[in-house]
Amino acid sequence: MVRFIGFGAGLVFVLALIIGALMPREATVEDPIKKIHLYPRHAQLSHDGPLGLGVFGTFDRAQLQRGYQVYKEVCSACHGLQRIAFRNLGDLGFTDAEVKALARAAEVPSINPQTGEPATRPALPSDHLPPPFPNETVARLANNNALPPDLSLIVKARPDGQNYIYSLLTGYDKPVPAGHDVPVGLHFNPYFHSVNIAMAKPLNDGQISYADGTEATVDQMAKDVTTFLRWASEPELEIRRQTGVATMIFLFILSILSFLTYRKVWANLK
Amino acid sequence: MSFPWANQYQPKSPFMQWVDSRLPVPRLVYNAVGAGYPVPRNINYLYNFGVLAGVALMIQIITGIVLAMHYSAHITTAFDSVEHIMRNVNSGWLIRYIHMNGASFFFIVVYIHIFRGLYFGSYKAPREMVWMLGVLILLLMMATAFMGYVLPWGQMSFWGAQVITSLFSAIPLVGDAIRTWLVGGFAPDNATITRFFSLHYVLPFVILGVVILKIWALHIPGSTNPTGVDVQGPQDTLPFHPYFTAKDGFSLTIYLILFSAFVFFMPNSLGHPDNYIPANALSTPAQIVPEWYLLPFYAILRAFTLDFLWIPAKLWGVIAMFASIILLFFLPWLDTSRVKSATYRPLYKKFFWVLFFNMFLLGYVGAMPAEEPYVRIGQIATAYYFAHFLIIMPLLSFIEKPLPLPNSIAESVFAKSGKKPVTVAAAPAAAQPAPAE
Repeated sequence: MVRFIGFGAGLVFVLALIIGALMPREATVEDPIKKIHLYPRHAQLSHDGPLGLGVFGTFDRAQLQRGYQVYKEVCSACHGLQRIAFRNLGDLGFTDAEVKALARAAEVPSINPQTGEPATRPALPSDHLPPPFPNETVARLANNNALPPDLSLIVKARPDGQNYIYSLLTGYDKPVPAGHDVPVGLHFNPYFHSVNIAMAKPLNDGQISYADGTEATVDQMAKDVTTFLRWASEPELEIRRQTGVATMIFLFILSILSFLTYRKVWANLK
Repeated sequence: MSFPWANQYQPKSPFMQWVDSRLPVPRLVYNAVGAGYPVPRNINYLYNFGVLAGVALMIQIITGIVLAMHYSAHITTAFDSVEHIMRNVNSGWLIRYIHMNGASFFFIVVYIHIFRGLYFGSYKAPREMVWMLGVLILLLMMATAFMGYVLPWGQMSFWGAQVITSLFSAIPLVGDAIRTWLVGGFAPDNATITRFFSLHYVLPFVILGVVILKIWALHIPGSTNPTGVDVQGPQDTLPFHPYFTAKDGFSLTIYLILFSAFVFFMPNSLGHPDNYIPANALSTPAQIVPEWYLLPFYAILRAFTLDFLWIPAKLWGVIAMFASIILLFFLPWLDTSRVKSATYRPLYKKFFWVLFFNMFLLGYVGAMPAEEPYVRIGQIATAYYFAHFLIIMPLLSFIEKPLPLPNSIAESVFAKSGKKPVTVAAAPAAAQPAPAE
């Protein structure tokens, strides 16, 4: 009985699918954007470690600090980093006193203890980095109706995130292909999913002066800020890799011992 | 339960004798996963995945309980609380990455376990109930995993919940009402996340209960083995402990090495980047895809493009997706071949490998956008899936001429080595040919 019902049901399913597969398809118009769009190119970053495997690499502290400088002087005009607190900046190699000074330079909303009225106060290390715009409406008004995304998780929130950020930041100089019209108010960038991005070219050679004397080329700044944003997305990256290597060594030894145990237990049988 | 030559529990210390005569839990454990459970001596490494699945379930339950201590099931705080776990909770990133990748590895292990069952005919009499409880576990796992994926309340969580719950609206007449009832509103919202959290917490314990029933049912006939020949006497079996605990221990370390490679070095490679964007009901992702382990079934859902027999295509897809798993319950009666192991079924073996490849094809199509040539490939692959179980398997049982089976497990093992069987059993006097069912 089960077999007869099953056989019938199977035939119906197969028939519905085969007829569906044989039906002619409407001619699809190929999206011209797909031909122009480019996949991210590889950013050679030091924290990916030997061969870029991402097993042993640690962040270059000087690069992280340069990246923070790029974020602070360029990106932070439009992009927030709301999941990062000033205290987290200690990870970049800043001393406690430097972290306190960085925090004090920023103003955060507060309440006047005497009057209860809204007020501001200098930030503490426990405060998060203040957002550039108070809300989405203000942000869109200031940016031609585009919303600059928060960057706290940007590397994890984009496919191939690290290479994508690097490619996007260095992709503005690509020539616009013939026949492609860039809408008014947008900018051509082949690494962006729609190739027309609202963000204007953010980085230009020599735009900022690094404290450590590194030459501020677009490529250098893009690499630095990409490294910084990788840290912002994955602050646990170094401890994760270190724990991972130790775990692997432990498990490798354990697997050898358990294999020898297995052989020993079975030895009298084979 | 089990075979008459199974070792009997004999507590040595007076304390254990005292416990055993009042609450025989040590005896229960001894008979279930100790020296009191005789296992066919020829089972290969594919038979280790049942134990691995149990370990994966326990890893999920333990890490999940810790995560629930820090997680906040509310649409305004869920995403932030997950980031709080990642950034501020001590080793929170480790717990969450283990839980996240643990779900994927649980499915990898369970899928290998299922394919092992299909290859060696583990679903056949007298193990139908073991197989059916396994299919029930698979269904519960899928529901649990789906609801767990919604909890971080990222973009893919929200839109995944939107797509999957809207499947129920395809049911004629009452569909929309059922969908509203399930979601707790007209779209996924706070009522959805709180009920999903509640169910995501309780269902793993339901799974654990079914696992216990499954082990209970398994221990009546005992495991199958690669020859598919029934156990005939003590020379065919070895006690679970120490022989298979040692083997499982070794395979567990290999499993943990592979698992750790993902947890520590590529923790997000199995997830979707969009789930690191907070849920936004006003912005639909370019492509909505479920987690990889549901992709084959997602491909079956999307394979129907034709309103056939007055049933709309969408409803066909939903029926087919549920049917694709429900039909597994009937597998013991669809395949009537007496020979269990595919090793001795030359035709079935070929179709098995076609099915195996077909599942990967379905998974690939499920991850691709709904455009040509993927739609057609998906339709043909889905047709094969149903044809395999509902048409080919019942017919094979009549057509196929199986190869000659070995006389016994012991003979198949010792034919190669040329040695005499070494029996590890307590009471050779009790050697009877039939298992005590």
